[in-house]
Amino acid sequence: MDTAQGNLTLGPILFHWSAETKRDFYLKIADESPINTVYLGEVVCSKRSPFMMPYYAEVTDRLTRAGKKVVFSSLAEIMTPRERKMTEALCHDEKYEVEANDTSAIYHLRKKPHRIGQYCNVYNEETLRYLALNGAHHVVLPAELPRNTIYIMGKAAKTLDVSLEVQVSGRVGLALSARCYHARSYGRVKDNCQYVCEHDPDGMPLKTLTDQSFLCINGIQTMSYGYLNLLPQIPELMEMGITNFRISPHSLHTDTIIETAHSILHGRITGEQATLIIQSLLGDVPCFNGFYSHAAGYEWRNHTHALSR
Amino acid sequence: MNMLSIRAQRFRKNPAHKAEFLGLLARPIPLPLINYVLDRTIVKITKKYPTLFNRLSGHHHKTFLIEITNLSFDLILCPNPASPHLLAIRKKTGFHADATISGSFLALIGMVDGRLDGDALFFTRDLQISGDTEAIVCLRNALDDVEGSVASEAASYFGPIGMLFLTILIKMANEHQYST
Amino acid sequence: MNINTQHKPELVCPAGTPASLRTAVDSGADTVYCGFQNATNARNFPGLNFTPAELEESIAYAHAHKAQVLVALNTFPPAGQFPLWANAVDLAYNLGADAIIVADIGVALYAKNKHSDLRLHLSVQAGAPSIEAIKFYCEEFDVKRVVLPRILTITEIKSLKQEIPCEIECFIFGNHGLMAEGRCSLTNYATGLSTNMDGICSPANFVSYQVDANRNLRTELNRFTIDSFSCSQNPGYPTICKGRYTVAHRDDPYYAFEEPLSLNLASLLPELIAAGVDAFKIEGRQRSKAYIQSVVSSWRKAIDSVLEGGSVNMDHLLSLTEGHKQTLGAYETKRWR
Repeated sequence: MDTAQGNLTLGPILFHWSAETKRDFYLKIADESPINTVYLGEVVCSKRSPFMMPYYAEVTDRLTRAGKKVVFSSLAEIMTPRERKMTEALCHDEKYEVEANDTSAIYHLRKKPHRIGQYCNVYNEETLRYLALNGAHHVVLPAELPRNTIYIMGKAAKTLDVSLEVQVSGRVGLALSARCYHARSYGRVKDNCQYVCEHDPDGMPLKTLTDQSFLCINGIQTMSYGYLNLLPQIPELMEMGITNFRISPHSLHTDTIIETAHSILHGRITGEQATLIIQSLLGDVPCFNGFYSHAAGYEWRNHTHALSR
Repeated sequence: MNMLSIRAQRFRKNPAHKAEFLGLLARPIPLPLINYVLDRTIVKITKKYPTLFNRLSGHHHKTFLIEITNLSFDLILCPNPASPHLLAIRKKTGFHADATISGSFLALIGMVDGRLDGDALFFTRDLQISGDTEAIVCLRNALDDVEGSVASEAASYFGPIGMLFLTILIKMANEHQYST
Repeated sequence: MNINTQHKPELVCPAGTPASLRTAVDSGADTVYCGFQNATNARNFPGLNFTPAELEESIAYAHAHKAQVLVALNTFPPAGQFPLWANAVDLAYNLGADAIIVADIGVALYAKNKHSDLRLHLSVQAGAPSIEAIKFYCEEFDVKRVVLPRILTITEIKSLKQEIPCEIECFIFGNHGLMAEGRCSLTNYATGLSTNMDGICSPANFVSYQVDANRNLRTELNRFTIDSFSCSQNPGYPTICKGRYTVAHRDDPYYAFEEPLSLNLASLLPELIAAGVDAFKIEGRQRSKAYIQSVVSSWRKAIDSVLEGGSVNMDHLLSLTEGHKQTLGAYETKRWR
């Protein structure tokens, strides 16, 4: 892995796919994909976790042999005794590095090398400095950070010897709750959910009363309806010192999106070309980049202006 | 004004006169007279409560249309501390304000005086707003920081009659609060 | 219920203006929380909050009446803007605040290093609902009290209390956000203003109300419709998590997250006291002093009554709640989830 070239990472699968589907997905990534780092593990709902357990040995083995770095992501919300035990066990695993998505994981990972995920609130250089001293060497920035903030974080990260990662593709998690909204939509609650979230491999779209596509439900998580597309910004992000670019997996076209990101990373296509490819894959679902432009998140802005300092 | 005070006293003794009293308020009153009162009021209040206008910073040049649903006129407020205006205008003149607040006189005066909660009035639809929502929220918050009663303050500028008039209104406002 | 009268919980009340703060103190608040007029607190609303001079006078008023003042500095400074938060910490300390309420790790660390005698409370915005998360903040930043997210049951709060080295503060009344606090960028997605960085949820300058000829009211946030109310329905705040939406598998629009309603834990008060909750928090820095007066005096009476073995009836507060509906939220049963 040459960090000067930038790494492509595959974020954890946020949706409830069957374990067999996940296994097949990862084996294909191992065999065919230019991804450098793969994040495994359940981030959204602890009730989904057990299904994948029998397959991790095979998946991690294949990914590692294919030269991919494997990292396990921790749950984003930890409340129950079971979730606490799961997280503690994960954090004490010596074999794979852990990405903390909640403060209780950070608690267990103190003073040992670890990563900080995008569900932890790392908004500024002071927080970054503290986390670096605490053992974090790699931090995924929150999706809502605008470009100027990312720029300053990039400078701070260099002095702290921390690598930074930014999500560049896929639906973005916007909120977490204790309540399962997938279950609620079927008149159920989290405890008797019957895993209704499996009906929506890319989230369940919510429309407003005036028929506007707005959000997506994924269990306890609320996501954007649109797909983030920061592929055109990858060269600019690299200039700012961001070294890792996260593709968040979806049930369709993830391989093509990875290929497109890879082409951008190596200067083989332009940002405009990348966007044309992504938008043709998504059909009616819009791309957005508003957070990056300090606009409303859902918006799509064309970037022509120079980086402000 | 004298007749008004007699009616007001009768009202205090006998709530049955409430409807009659409201009817009197709803009857057309000469706008120049009202505007004389309002003009004196806003100038005095501007001098007395500078912090009210500090809280409105960013909205000093906005115009607010206050639709008083059960009176014969509406109000226009321009909270510019350099040149504040509070004017009564005839209804449905087509005046274009930045923000519009509609409610009964008692709901509005209750909110101005900090006795009624603006959000609660909104939840019960006793208060309706349109236009520049931020300006309205800002005005509401600024007024709420005024200690004591702005209405009493205004009424006191007009002597005992003013105070008596207001006492009756407040009594009615309280009844309104507990009836919802 | 057997209540240990040695343990007298604190009543923590909101204040959006100096007048509200005095009202809260006069109505029986033990403690009042408030913020500065900028993005350093999570109620950065137009026309609300305190100038340094107002805070100084307000703290003097509160202290003269044996009440405490907490300053909320509970947003997340974006990189490059940290000095605004650092200055706010210094100001709160210099003006004599009894504690500051923080959410960001950087802000907590700054406060701890710069003012070792400044008491730190962990804001609900820090999103710390588990023993380990809370212990992290206690051990690393010497946090003395945690404000719990509104997602735990009383049973969970009780067991938590026994295992953490700090006080617990719980929300008991007011607006009932559905999302984990400090982890929600819905407003930013719809408007470009961030709850975490700008301290605002459903900013008023993006809210509009449309009334049609039949008095139906439609609420919008930026270009998105949040809800619609017939003339006989009671509207709520136009927040995304209280909106009505459609999904493919349901015929009719529904409240995908929660209906417009308010938290009211009056009926659970004895159990919450027994669970060892140290402080009860009323939400609503954006509400008027009329609201503060009514709510604070009612809760003062309720807490005093429960401590003396009496009962609580606070149904009259319903008229001040959103949508005129109230909920016990997550506190009573896991079935809320």
